[in-house]
Order: sequence, then C-alpha cells, then structure tokens
Amino acid sequence: MESSRRIFFKIAGLSALGLSTKPVLDAFAKEQAQDTLPEPQTQKGAEALIARQWAMVIDTRKFNSAEDMVPLIKACHKIHNVPKFENKRHEIKWIWEEEYHNAFPMKASKFISEKVEHTPFLVLCNHCENPPCVRACPTKATFKRESDGIVLMDFHRCIGCRFCMAACPFGARSFNFRDPRPFITKINKQFPTRMKGVVEKCNFCAERLAVGQMPACVEASNGALMFGDLYDPESEVRKLIKTNYTIRRKQALGTDPAVYYIV
Amino acid sequence: MLELALKGSKKYYGWITALLIVITIGLGFYLKQLSFGLGITGMSRDVSWGFYIAQFTFLVGVAAGGVMVVLPYYLHDYKAFGKVTILGEFLAIAAVVMCGLFIIVDLGQPMRAINILLYPTPNSVLFWDAIVLNGYLFLNIVIGWNVLEAERNNIHYQSWLKPLIYISIPWAISIHTVTAYLYSGLPGRGFWLTAIMAPRFLSSAFASGPALLVLICLIIRKTTNFDPGKEQIQTLAKIIAYAICLNVFFFLCEIFTVFYSQIPEHMDHFKYLFTGLYGQGAYVGWMWISLALMVLSIILLINPITRKNEGVLAVACVTVFAGTWIDKGLGMISGGFVPNPLHHVNEYIPTIPEILISLGVWATGFFVLTALFKIAVSVKEEVRA
Repeated sequence: MESSRRIFFKIAGLSALGLSTKPVLDAFAKEQAQDTLPEPQTQKGAEALIARQWAMVIDTRKFNSAEDMVPLIKACHKIHNVPKFENKRHEIKWIWEEEYHNAFPMKASKFISEKVEHTPFLVLCNHCENPPCVRACPTKATFKRESDGIVLMDFHRCIGCRFCMAACPFGARSFNFRDPRPFITKINKQFPTRMKGVVEKCNFCAERLAVGQMPACVEASNGALMFGDLYDPESEVRKLIKTNYTIRRKQALGTDPAVYYIV
Repeated sequence: MLELALKGSKKYYGWITALLIVITIGLGFYLKQLSFGLGITGMSRDVSWGFYIAQFTFLVGVAAGGVMVVLPYYLHDYKAFGKVTILGEFLAIAAVVMCGLFIIVDLGQPMRAINILLYPTPNSVLFWDAIVLNGYLFLNIVIGWNVLEAERNNIHYQSWLKPLIYISIPWAISIHTVTAYLYSGLPGRGFWLTAIMAPRFLSSAFASGPALLVLICLIIRKTTNFDPGKEQIQTLAKIIAYAICLNVFFFLCEIFTVFYSQIPEHMDHFKYLFTGLYGQGAYVGWMWISLALMVLSIILLINPITRKNEGVLAVACVTVFAGTWIDKGLGMISGGFVPNPLHHVNEYIPTIPEILISLGVWATGFFVLTALFKIAVSVKEEVRA
C-alpha cells in the first residue's frame, strides 16, 4: 500500500513537471524550426497610417509655459482613461512635463538660458528602437511592434512584476497600485480601462493611427509636435530633424529613443 | 521520513505554533493586498520594487550559501562536513521556498505567474531566474531527501545521485549570478550597473548562508542529542571569515570606481544611502550600522582567539547576518531607485502591512526549515543510537 501510493505521487510529480516544461521546449523548438508555416498576419484597416518606425519631434521653442502643455496632457489622459490619484505614490501618467535638468539629467550646463531652464519639457515613452523594457519583460506582455516600431503593452498578459519599470531609463512607465477605475473622471468606452496590478504607458496612440488619426497630443499641439516615419526621407519629422539641431534623452545609453527635441 | 517532523517535544510544538500564528497574520494582510492591490505597500511609481524583492534577493544568497558545506564534502572529500551537508541542502530548500513566495507576493497579478512558462522569453533575465531557482529547489529536494534516507537505512546513496550532486554545485553559483543580472544589466540604473554585482552578491551569500547555518548548528546542539561538531562549526567560521572579507573588499572596489571617476549618475545613489541627498536620507543610519557590523564581524572572525570561542562566534555570526541583511535586504534595492532616472528623490519606506506580509513569508520559510531540520536531526539521532 505504502509503496504504491509513493509510486503514484512520484509519477504524478514527474508528469506535472513534464507538462510544465512543454511550452518552454516548444518555444526553443520554434526558434530552431525553419520550415514552419508563416505566422498569421493581421490585416490593416484601409485608413490606417503606416510607418517603419514612428517618431516624434517636439519643438520646445513653441512652448512658453507649463500651461501650454496642459491641453496636450489632458487630451491624452482623457482618451486613454488615465486615472487621477491624490496619493503621489500611486500616480499614473503617460505624458507629463519636467524641468530641463530632470528631462535631460547630466546634460544641463551651468548658467543655461533662462528660457530652457524655466520652460518645462514634455516627456513620454520614447518608443526606443532598442528598448530595454522589452528585453526585460518575462512574458512578452510589452513588445516592440515589428510593423511600426511602437512599444506596446498587453494589459491582459502583464503579470505585474515591474521589471520593465526598473529597466526603463526614462521613468516612462506607471503601475496600477490599486483599481484605477473609480478614479477615472469620465470613461472613454473606445479605449480599455486597466485593472489593478498591471503596468501601463504611452502607446503612441496606436489605436488612433489604426483609423487614420494622428496621436492625440500631436493633434492638440498646434504644430509644436510632429509625428511621422523616421525612415521615410520625405516625412515631416525627417525634414525637421535634418534642418534643426535635435537632442534625445539619454542617447548615450544606446536605447535609440524615437522622440526628438528641438531646443 | 515525514512522520519524524510530527513527533516532537512541547517546545518544538510551541515554536511551530508561534510560526503558524505569524504565518496567519501575514496571510491575512496578503489577502488584503490581493483585494486592494500593491498600493498598501510603500512602493511607488519611482521605487517600484521594495522590501519584497529585497528579501528575495537576500534569500537567494542564503540558498546559494548552502553550497559552502556541499562543495568541500563532495569536491574536496572533506569528510567532517559529511555530517552537516544535509543541513546546507535543507537550508537551501527553505530559502528557495521563501524566494518563490516573495516573488509571488510582489506580483501585481499573481494568478498570471504561469505566463512566464506559457510565453517563455529567453531574453528576459527573470525567465532564467525562474528556471535556475526552481531547478535548484528540485535538485536539493531530490539530493537531500535521498541521501538522508540512505543514511537512515545505513546504505550508500544511489549512484545516479552523484551527477546531480556535482551539477548542484555550479547551479548554486548560478542562482545568485542570475539574480544579480536582474539588476546589473539595466542601462538607466547607475547604482546597479556594475560588473562586480554578481561577485558581491556571491560573497555576501557565502557569508550570510553559513552564518545562519552556524547559528542553527549551535541551536541544534543545545536542543537535541545531535552535535554537528566543533570542527565543522570552526571550518564554517573560517569560510564566513573569508567571504565577509571579500564582501567588504568588493564593496570598497565599488566605492573606489564610483568616487574616483566621480560620475554623478553612479555616485548619487551612494551619497543618498550614506549621507543623504537633497536633505533626504532615511537609510543613512542603517547603512553605517551595516558597515560597522561587517567590520566588527571581520575582527571577530579573523582573530583565532575570538573565532574559537563559540559564544563570541555566535555573536559574530549574528553581526554577519544582520550586516549583510541591511546591505542587501534594505539598501540594495531602495538605493538603486533613489534618485530616480529623472533625478528626483522620492524615498521609499516600507509600510506595516508590507512588513507583516514579509514576516509571514519568513515564518513560512522557518516552518519548512524547522520541519526539515527536525527530520534530519531525528535521522541522525536514530542512526547514532
């Protein structure tokens, strides 16, 4: 009796172990396999805007004060159901303003121009071409979309380990420390709300690009923000980068941010 | 052999009951965290990992430290350690159990944890950490249990265990190396971005793990009929002495590079921890105490007169454990997040529920440890009798 029960447990344990390793082995097998069927393709909408790598140029000369940025931030947070918390620890933000020496730490010279020192800078996810957050994520819940370079989040897959937050050198990511829904002023039914325990951040308005609209902040910026394909020599952003001196945040880290600033 | 854990004195059951009470309290607060979210902790947008991950990191070290009794016995044929290898292996099991639990309580969506296996991502260090930690747990359960059972039946352990034992030695190094890589590969965190992170982790592991083991050996000798042995304890003490010296040396290497190069992004974290930054410095006292404890332990462990006195040795082991715990279980994580990547100083202070949940996990680990050590010691008593 004793021994048969033990044998049963041994076999059950080994089977459980075997089953749990299957997906892991499958993943490795998939990396090796050459002659498998092509991956399923997602059809683009007729109006969808497409690019190889979406990029943004922020013309900071066109902002005079923090007030100028409020409508952009509001537009974004409103359509993306970003909650407003009193407790600063629980804060969630997709796009916000920072002083120059915070947006560009270690870049600030002594005695810089009044304008640069006192006009805040708009900061958001840089949708890096070489994103460390994507490298860190253990479930591919955050990923770089191959079709257009946007760094996206799958809110349903995220396990809330926050490795991506530690990996991001720009502090672009927020975590839902509690249920955000009661703290959303007015829910936009066109965009999903999040649940507690997952990470979120700017998505370059992927949902708007899919239906032919520019990102909400770009639309609300009166031309201070430009958006386009970094790899199209004819695109607006490329022309601006070519004709103006631009800087990027923490360029030395090699993440290749796709948000450029004209100072 | 499990039945051996059920037969014990009143004191044994008293200790078990005390642990169960702490576990229950922790569980209660965990249920609260599960319904409210991680907002009941002191973590924030800026300090997104806190006490839980710090305990996890420290305990991976304790688990890896177990190899310090396994390696001399199996690789150097140092016979004296044959008596205590099982204690090292069982300590590793209990420590890895705590590591797993600390990861679970830290997850925002714990019911999705299995996604790590469903969507395996080899480019994520966390994926490898899950593999090495579970592998190490599995190795120690299989090896520890079978070797102990063989000892009980007075036979040599199965020959197929030998390769597993050899694998378990580099595997122990791997668990703490991979855990260090969680931090040392992140581009924007100057405090962690250092190649000496893994060696530093390992040296503090090989000090704190054996230090805990010495303390437990002394308790076992006092409370049971099994004596782990004077020589064994003294050899462990020497191992701890070397490891804690290396740990402080590695720390000084770090200090030199950071403060001679004067690169602010690396320097500011140390300034925050040891002197405070922009008037904020919740950990300044703790960090200096940690350093003082480690230096004191070096003095007590290097000097043969103090090391050979078991009373003083016990004090030295407590100072090693406390010093490395503050360093890794308190400073290492908060220090990396403050100042944040935008150079704001937003401090992190763990909350009461967070600490009680952590205590619950520690109690669970000690519950497992007590049961396993009870089994091991009972077998040893049985064999001797």
